[in-house]
Amino acid sequence: MISTRQLTRDFVVSRTETVHAVRGISLDVEPGELVAVLGPNGAGKTTTLRMLTTLITPTSGTATVAGYDVTADPSQVRRRIGYVGQGNGAGHNQRAGDELVGQGVIYGLDRRAAKRRTGELLEALELTELAGRKVSELSGGQRRRLDVAMGLVHAPKLLFLDEPSTGLDPQNRANLWDHILRMREQYSMTIVLTTHYLDEADSMAERVVVVDHGELIADDTANALKAKLAGDRLAITVAPSNLSKLSELAGKLPGAREVIATGDELSVRVADGPAALPELITAAQQSGVPIAAAQVHRPTLDDVFLNLTGRSLRETAAATNGKAA
Amino acid sequence: MTTLTLSPVDLAATQDQPRRSLVRDIQIVMTRELKPVLRDPFSLLFGMIQPLVFLVLFGPLLSGSMRGAFGDGVWQWFVPSILVMTTLFGTSTTGANLLFEFQTGAHERMLVTPLSRSSLLIGRALKEMVPLFGQAVIVIAVMTPFAFDLHLGGAVVGMALLAVFGIGLGAFSYALAIAVRKQDWMFWVVQQTFLFPVMILSGMLLPLETGPGWMKVAAKFDPLSYVVDAERALFSGDVLTTAVLWGWVAAIVTAALGLTVGIRSMLRSAG
Repeated sequence: MISTRQLTRDFVVSRTETVHAVRGISLDVEPGELVAVLGPNGAGKTTTLRMLTTLITPTSGTATVAGYDVTADPSQVRRRIGYVGQGNGAGHNQRAGDELVGQGVIYGLDRRAAKRRTGELLEALELTELAGRKVSELSGGQRRRLDVAMGLVHAPKLLFLDEPSTGLDPQNRANLWDHILRMREQYSMTIVLTTHYLDEADSMAERVVVVDHGELIADDTANALKAKLAGDRLAITVAPSNLSKLSELAGKLPGAREVIATGDELSVRVADGPAALPELITAAQQSGVPIAAAQVHRPTLDDVFLNLTGRSLRETAAATNGKAA
Repeated sequence: MTTLTLSPVDLAATQDQPRRSLVRDIQIVMTRELKPVLRDPFSLLFGMIQPLVFLVLFGPLLSGSMRGAFGDGVWQWFVPSILVMTTLFGTSTTGANLLFEFQTGAHERMLVTPLSRSSLLIGRALKEMVPLFGQAVIVIAVMTPFAFDLHLGGAVVGMALLAVFGIGLGAFSYALAIAVRKQDWMFWVVQQTFLFPVMILSGMLLPLETGPGWMKVAAKFDPLSYVVDAERALFSGDVLTTAVLWGWVAAIVTAALGLTVGIRSMLRSAG
């Protein structure tokens, strides 16, 4: 569905400064996949998406989207993809229903088909009562659902979502995701989304692509990334006098690393926490080390990012105020 | 829950139709732009009577301060001015609408659709002509019974000339909006900086004959002054005059330059 090779985009800021927003990204997405592109602001997520949706042209490299080259055949790509950008697709002084019918006509439907289609989409996204409402009068969540409806007018096989839930409260985020996942099932759509919400990439996407400084630094399922790049962490509380003995035992666990003892707590990274914990407890008891408390911490994508870059995604996101380049 | 289906015919229409003509694209863009105007007749009506307000408040002052230099001809002189002014204000500010759609994301939405980039500009520029024609009809309809001598043929040619000029100016306004989209306050700074000198030097509101010589020279470089002179001739029924010819030259050059610059800007507007 998508295939990019060494996709690159530079922005010339001034005569002396060029920003390399995307530096040679090669990525393949198969039909039906749901891929989250994760990274801090300015990592190159949005720039990549804007190249794939023909909004900007690559500086070098190639990208084939929905069967067509984005540089050679942008209009064919545009007919076949749905796009929900960071902003609101509907004009604020337009009426919700008018915008949907208009989009249908833009994509080549006759007015009758466009109206029928509008009715269906409004109902599916629970917007029917708001069809005659001006877009500026809709709430943030309603507007976002309208954006999704606009992206789906032509029943695309491939949908791009650029930070779809940014700015929504948790309830509206969940609601939006319900709709997106349902639409995906109905159309057997391929979805590519960018996000800097870790939990969103974690719970929604089957595949997570991590981008940093314009480069692709990891690409796998969220679980595999966490197991491979972060691993579970065990935290065991024992009497300080037993710490060294316990450290020794912990070191023998499968995939054990980062064994750290502080005060009365031992921390160790292992490949499979739930399996390793009983193993360690049994070993400790056999060696006569009583354990006071034990916990398994599952890793987050933030841990993955930290391991990949040495920086925390949350801190990076907080430190960058500007919009994604 | 409804099932969402696009019939195979409709689906084929969205994907496999031959490339649409530019004219159809322009028509789609224009229809979208006109929708909010048609949906809100009150604002339309309000916009329609604005030129009348100016006419009624400024016309008598003009007549008085010129100490009767116009005689009874003040309306014959001033009605074309009002029509040009309406065009000038309407089209030069229209870029602000696009600027707003840049900020909200609606313009980006249009850029990922199969609509051609040039239709996005031309459709928008053409749309401005619709309310303008409405305003012109109202102004003429109100003034004609009193003191305005309507020459229909000249008036029709005059409106056509204004439309050509207005499309060019609208295109420039959109080009400006695209150029300053990252510092949007610049739009009004530049627009106002151009608007007032161009307006005053055109002799639209007050005749330049009483001004100093350098102003008359400067007016020669103001394309709008040729348009104003042409409109006055046309609305007095003089269709085949040199003034009208120069008016057309100014309008066509403005439109050609405006559309060239505007379309080029539009092509780059996603970056």
